[in-house]
Parts: sequence; C-alpha cells; structure tokens
Amino acid sequence: MARYLISRTLQILLTLFAFICIVYFIVNAQPGDISNVYAMNPELPPDARERLQNQFGLNEPLWKQFLVYVRNVFTGSFGVSFSFYPRTVADVIAERLPRTVALFFTATVFSFYLGFLLGKIIAWRRGGWTEYATTIGGVTLYTVFTPWFALMMIWLFAFKAGWFPIGKFLDPVLWRDAPIEANTLFGRMMLTALALSIIVFVVFVITTRLRIAGARLIQLGSIVAGVAVMLGAWRLTGHGHLAWDIVNHMVLPVFTLTLISFAGTMLLTRNSMLETMREDFVLAARAKGLPEKAVRDKHVARNALLPVVTSLVFSLAFAVDGGVIIESVFSWPGMGQTLVSAAVAEDLPLAVGAFVFVGIFVLLAHLAVDVIYVFLDPRIRY
Amino acid sequence: MAVDVAPQDAAPSIRKVRLTLFMRSLRENWSLFLGTRIGVIGLVIIIFYLVLALAHPILMNTVWEERVYDPVVGYAFDETRQPAPPSWNHLLGTDPLGRDVLSQLMHSARTEFLLGLLAAIVTVTIGTTIGAVAAYYGSVVDTILMRFADLMVMMPGISILIVLSALIGVGHFELALIIGILSGFGGASILLKSQALSVVVKPYIEAARAAGGGPLHIIFVHIVPNLLPLSFLYMMFTVTGAIFSEAILSFLGLLDVRMSWGLMIHTTEAAGYLLQVGAYWWLIFPASLSITLLCTSFYLVGRAMDEIVNPRLRRL
Repeated sequence: MARYLISRTLQILLTLFAFICIVYFIVNAQPGDISNVYAMNPELPPDARERLQNQFGLNEPLWKQFLVYVRNVFTGSFGVSFSFYPRTVADVIAERLPRTVALFFTATVFSFYLGFLLGKIIAWRRGGWTEYATTIGGVTLYTVFTPWFALMMIWLFAFKAGWFPIGKFLDPVLWRDAPIEANTLFGRMMLTALALSIIVFVVFVITTRLRIAGARLIQLGSIVAGVAVMLGAWRLTGHGHLAWDIVNHMVLPVFTLTLISFAGTMLLTRNSMLETMREDFVLAARAKGLPEKAVRDKHVARNALLPVVTSLVFSLAFAVDGGVIIESVFSWPGMGQTLVSAAVAEDLPLAVGAFVFVGIFVLLAHLAVDVIYVFLDPRIRY
Repeated sequence: MAVDVAPQDAAPSIRKVRLTLFMRSLRENWSLFLGTRIGVIGLVIIIFYLVLALAHPILMNTVWEERVYDPVVGYAFDETRQPAPPSWNHLLGTDPLGRDVLSQLMHSARTEFLLGLLAAIVTVTIGTTIGAVAAYYGSVVDTILMRFADLMVMMPGISILIVLSALIGVGHFELALIIGILSGFGGASILLKSQALSVVVKPYIEAARAAGGGPLHIIFVHIVPNLLPLSFLYMMFTVTGAIFSEAILSFLGLLDVRMSWGLMIHTTEAAGYLLQVGAYWWLIFPASLSITLLCTSFYLVGRAMDEIVNPRLRRL
C-alpha cells in the first residue's frame, strides 16, 4: 500500500505539472494582456500602459514568465491577481472557494442521495411504467438546457411565488450595518455544518456497527437534536438572521442543481444494481426467504455501491470548479464566475490559478477513490 | 482467365453469409431496442427534428419568401410590431429583430445535427484507435496514452471552451473538432480501452498473430470491429454533449455562428424578454425545449443501446 501510494503521488505530481503547462500556454495564447482593459481609457497615456506591462513582467519572454509562474505555484501563492492587485490568486480563491464548495457539495450530496434511492427502486421494478416515467423524467432534467431551466425556477419560485430571493449571495440591505464580515460568518456556518455532519456520521456508524436495538430512532433523534442545538447556538450569537439570509439565498440554487443532476446517479445505480442482481448470492438471499426489501437494501444495493462512490468522489472534486452556468444565472460569486470574469478581464494568473486548483482537486479525488476502494471492497489489494 | 474467376465465385458466397448474419443480428437487436421503450421515444423525437431540418430548404424554395423567412436576415414586413405573437403567417411568431422563429428553429436543427454528428465521429474515431492501440501494445504506450487521457478528463469542459472561444474564433466546425478531440483523447479512450482489454486476450487475436498478422492488421481488422458497438453507443452521448455545449456557448454569445438555438435565446436575453415568460413565451420555449428534447432523445437512445450492447444488463 505504502509503495503504491508513493508511486501514485509521483505520477500525480508529473500529471499536475503537465496540466499546469497545458493550461498556462492555452490561457496565455489569448491575444492582448491586462493593459488592453485600459486601452479605451483616454486618461491613460501609452507610457502608463507600458509601465503596467513592465510592472507585471508581461514584456518578458513567455518561458521566463512561465518559470516564475511555476515557482509561484509551488510556493503556494499562485502569483498576483492582476484585476485584484495586490491580492494573490490564492487569496482570491480562498475567498471564493468556500461559497462554491458550500453550494455544490450540498447539492451533490442531495442529488446522490435522491439518485441512489430512486435508482434502487427503478432497478427493482424493471420494465414497469414507474421505470419508464422516472427514467424519461430524470434524463430530461439531466440534459435540460441549464440556463433556461434555472431561469424558469427563478421565475416560478422567486419571481412569481416570491418564496426565495432572486439571486446573489446575500441581501445587501440587511447587511448594510451588520457587525460582522460576511466571509467570517460564512466560515463559521461551514464549520457548524461540518461539525454537525461529523457527529451525525459517527452516531450512524456506531449504531449500525453495534447493532443497537432501535438504531433508527437514535439516528433520527441525533439529527433532530443536532439541528436543534445548532439553531439554538446560532440564535444566541445574535447573527442568526444574517446566517438565515445566506441559507435562504442557497435554497433555490441547491434545489435546482439537485434536480438537474440526480438522474446521473440514478441511472448509474440502476445499472450497477441490475448487474449485481444476477449474482448467485442474491438468489441465495431470496431462497432463504428474506423479504424483498431486505434483499434489495442489504444485499444488492450495498454491493452495487462501488461505482456510485467513485462517481460521488469525482463529482465532489469537480464541485470545486463550480458550474459556470448556475453561478452566473444565480449571480453566485463563486469559482465559476471568478474564472469567467478573469478570462474576460485578461487576468491570466487568476484564470490559470482557477483551472489548476480544479486540477489539483480532481487528482486528489483520483487518489482518494483508489484508497476508498480498498476499504469498500476487500477483494482489492495493492 | 479461369484463375481470376474462381475467387470471384467464392467471394459472393462469403459475402452473402456475412450479410445474412448481419441482417439477423440487426433484426435481433432491433427487437431488443423496441423492447426498451425509452429508446423508441428517443428515436421518435430524433426523427421529428430530422424532418424539421430536412423540410426547411424545401419550404424556403417553395412557400416561404426569402426576404421574409430567411432565418438570419429576413424581416416580417407583414407585422406592425416586433416581436409579433404567433399568427397563421408566422406559426411561432417573430423575434425582436422581426425574423420568423419557426424558420430559425428549423434552420438550426440542421446545424445541430451536423455538429453533433461531426463531434461524435471525431470522438469515436480517436477514442477507438487510442483504446485499441493502448490495449494492444500495453506497457509504456498504454501508460503514456492513459495519463494523457487523465489530463484531458481533468479539463473542466465548459470552462475550457469559454477560454478557447476567447482565443480563436470558434464556429460550429471548430467547436465540433475541439469537443471531438477533448472527449476522444479523454473519456472515450479510457472507456474503449477497458473494453479493448477484454478483446485482446481472446483466442482469435492469438490466432491472428500466429498466422502472421501485423499490429496494424490485428488492431484494425480484429480489435476495432469488436469495439464498434460500444463506440456507437458512446457516439450518442457525445452528440448530447456537443449540442449542449454549443447551446451554452452560443447562449453566452461566445460562438462565431450566424444562427443556432442557443443564439435565439441569446437574442431574446439581449432584447430583455427573458423573464417575461408568460407574455413572450414563443421567444423562450421553442428554442429551449428543442435543445432539451434533442439532447434528451440522443441520451435515451444511448441508454437503450447500452441495454443491448452490455450483456450484463440483458433481461434474465
């Protein structure tokens, strides 16, 4: 295992370097540079533009710029962002990343839960109208023209019904004289959510492992108690209404994303279930008289989980990329929007940085999948 | 002379046997396909849009006057206000620039089909070749090709296309090539290689090698034909991806194209009618629904073919 991990890490570093090269040169092949943004500004004399180019080292040969960039990547700053000067790219990304992660992680987890649940059912009822209707509905949502669908959701739930805000991350009027920074508060919210999910996870693992009687009740109780404690604690801090504002802004995008993406998991689960259902142990489980639900959930679904877990880990990694489309339709200031605005503003370090960041996460996910496999499937050994 | 005739005599009979076998498997697969139902629904939608696409040039040459109905430069002189609601002359109304929406829709259907087809062919050609080569040679060749595939898979699709569209003028043709290359070297080659691995260990490959077949002969005559069902399946998903990407990019106004479904919604958005869903539905629904339906239909056909190609999904 250790040897395998070391050789994989080396491979990852090599792949990452190749990825940085490709992305850097593709992005840098764009005509013009940051000084073009000021080209139409009559107040800015040509020599000022030249000074700007000198300052950012844009008149150096490309290979020199590239070497400097690689150094910046490995020192962890990812260079200086041109449009957010003098902040570093890492700093800008550190601000945007949590927002994207919160939105897309939540949506990914929801959509995998829903997809797995539905996938189990339609595999079990193969050939019935339930399957056809669910598959066609799911695939339609999966391949729907995303901007249009997101806009329809906004139109229906935010514009007509008025249940949710129309977009953006927070309500500026409410935050005008708030005693706390939005980012600090958001960080605390993320920590709370993380703590809550860890506690619930531990309770779940313990109750299933120890086979405690009434495990369901304890699990449900732990979720309710955890949520209650969390809400109470937030109420006491006095920032509860501000946190609620952010949550309120998240509901519609998360709902939309879940609807768009659950079908992928559903169809994957279905196929994996159908393949597992042919195995002999399923026949044995049925022959010994287990109820259908027990065969489905305890025997088939667990063995069908492997490809679904792989897909989940990769989806979580690509969640860092954010959805350019969803983020721009909901005006959510995350990674996707950062990338597009950086590309438009010729802020090359930020654009490359955003790509490289996604790349690092995907590579790590690749590694994580291989490691998780060993735990999920005892037949796999490295 | 007689020597020449003999092989020609033998050839038709082999060809005939092959044809019979081919027809039989085609019939079997067709009945399996009909049994999946979702595939049939997909196929019906595809045929509907195919008819729309083919009818456009015919209509333009017969009943539709070019200066009124041209999808790009036409103008509905018979309407006093643009965008005009649907009427008998303009079944789906006109857009903010006075162009007939139905004509735009039908005209774009053709380009969407061509785009999807080209992207799919490029993807599958590259993917099948790379997959077969990597599986046949193994070791270093395999490692290099598969690590390269990993690189391609790492690229976040839509984002990289957005950056590329700023770099070069991307039209339909270029877009199809870029999508084809990205997914051909990436996902397609990984998938097809794993299939090819199970082909190269078959006895007939060994037999072909023993009979003196070179690598090229074995790869293209023995391995690739056995990958074709899976390649064909992958084509369907590529078509969905290509049409979807085109729609997104032209919706954002990043593509260098004259007319497409995405561009129709872009025009609607630019003129500020996007959130007036009830009042101006004909500007929003036809194009969006067409994108959704065509993507869905190819995806459904792909799923149905998966049931046929993948033996482990067969009904017991």
